[in-house]
Amino acid sequence: MALKFPIFMDSHSTTPVDPRVLEVMIPYFTEKFGHPGSRNHPFGWEAEAAADKAREQVAKLIGARDPKEIVFTSGGTEAINLALKGVAEMYREKGTHIVTTGIEQRAGLDVCKRLERQGYQVTYVPVGADGLVDVEEVRKAITDKTILISVMFANNEIGTIQPIAEIGKLAKQRAILFHCDGTQAVGKIPVDVEAMAIDLLSCTAHMIYGPKGVGALYVRRKNPRVRIASMIDGGGHERGMRSGTVPVPLTVGFGKAAEICREAMAEEGARLKALRDKLQDKILSSLDEAYLNGHPEKRLPHNLNVSFAYVEGESVLMGLNKEVALASGSACTSATLEPSYVIAALGVGSELAHSSIRFGLHRFTMEEEVEYVGDRTVQVVTRLREMSPLYELAKEGVDLKSIHWKAE
Amino acid sequence: MAYSEKVIDHYNNPRNVGSFPKEIPGVGTGLVGAPECGDVMKLQIKVNLDTGVIEDAKFKTFGCGSAIASSSLATEWLKGKSVDEAMKIKNTDIVNELKLPPVKIHCSVLAEDAIKAALADYRGKWGKKEVAAGAATS
Repeated sequence: MALKFPIFMDSHSTTPVDPRVLEVMIPYFTEKFGHPGSRNHPFGWEAEAAADKAREQVAKLIGARDPKEIVFTSGGTEAINLALKGVAEMYREKGTHIVTTGIEQRAGLDVCKRLERQGYQVTYVPVGADGLVDVEEVRKAITDKTILISVMFANNEIGTIQPIAEIGKLAKQRAILFHCDGTQAVGKIPVDVEAMAIDLLSCTAHMIYGPKGVGALYVRRKNPRVRIASMIDGGGHERGMRSGTVPVPLTVGFGKAAEICREAMAEEGARLKALRDKLQDKILSSLDEAYLNGHPEKRLPHNLNVSFAYVEGESVLMGLNKEVALASGSACTSATLEPSYVIAALGVGSELAHSSIRFGLHRFTMEEEVEYVGDRTVQVVTRLREMSPLYELAKEGVDLKSIHWKAE
Repeated sequence: MAYSEKVIDHYNNPRNVGSFPKEIPGVGTGLVGAPECGDVMKLQIKVNLDTGVIEDAKFKTFGCGSAIASSSLATEWLKGKSVDEAMKIKNTDIVNELKLPPVKIHCSVLAEDAIKAALADYRGKWGKKEVAAGAATS
């Protein structure tokens, strides 16, 4: 098969819409355009039925008992905002303390920062060198004022999968609500809100081969019945938790995407894991001082994150970006000049944090693409090391830590 | 972020990558930046001790594409300049030539620092010989 460029290997940022998903969405833009809130005519009934079917499909994917527990949002960010702010406001009388981790995605961290400014207290539990949260650390962080524990299911950079069921159990024992950001995990690995005792779960359609612009917050209705304050006021849609017209075409796509993921998960996960392992072996066996970031096993099957010592991440991407779409935790890819807080949280040293590259495989990734990306990555890193003063010093046997660097 | 054509050109075809042995007469070495900041530049000049002219320059850079391009460009500009002329190279000249966006200005600053450090190193090691050579020829 001839390769088509550029190759997309940035599936932690988004995924392409599956053609089967697009197909079921199209009629809901044109002939089936009704408002699901229109209770008095067939257009509305048709739209409501379509949205409810999607609700069921999403509920099934995450093991929710009742489709009514699915609240559609505009995406993962909104779902996280609604979960955290909604719980914080609703349970303020009960307590003002939240336990989360230092490696949540930006939405989670930024909402917590805002809540702190509003008088809440937030404990950011650290992670180990493998990116795993220690359940004991979570336990120790809990106070009698804790109303919510919020931990991501799988990390968006290193793919590390957290001990969610254990944290869920702990939260349940202590009668504290448990929110889980499932953006990266849902649709890729088994997520079961019942078995894992998750009270609130955020997810988004575009990470599972559905459209951008729709996501969901699972809100448990039983054992316990979770209540959240709404963030958007209006017509009281989504059982009053999220006003605003439900975007039926997007929702229908989300539902179909969830259905396909549920059916394909085992096979797709195994296929992507084999390809990912191949890419990993190629890179780690061809280059010295290339380090895997995150947990080697407890990891999303399509995720690979590697730090290449002595080269800077953005320069690696620059050598590849005409052919391959990848992401880096390098500061230079962002406007902040700070390297990835996730990689930095692993304690690997900030020079390696500047050198991390994230590969994300997906449903349409072909073996030839993986081979190509592996070869090219090795070539580009090798070339950059030839022009790296750090590599030269290291090869001369100089300990880079012994040099007194003059930081800017 | 889109890169300017000149940055891409220097990244793809870096000029003067390499190293001089530090003990060669007339060589000055600047090593600036820090690994934890994501940028380290090593810039070397080789000055003709008879004429005081920079005959050759080499660099090695750990950093983003703009950092590589800034140091590559610096070596091009250094060649053929006297040490005094080289002192006048400003980071803003590099910014303009490479059309660096605001978030990449620090790369040009680092390149200027590298030039200054290489010149200072050269002057510390070989400056007196240069003056002596200059005096002898006048």
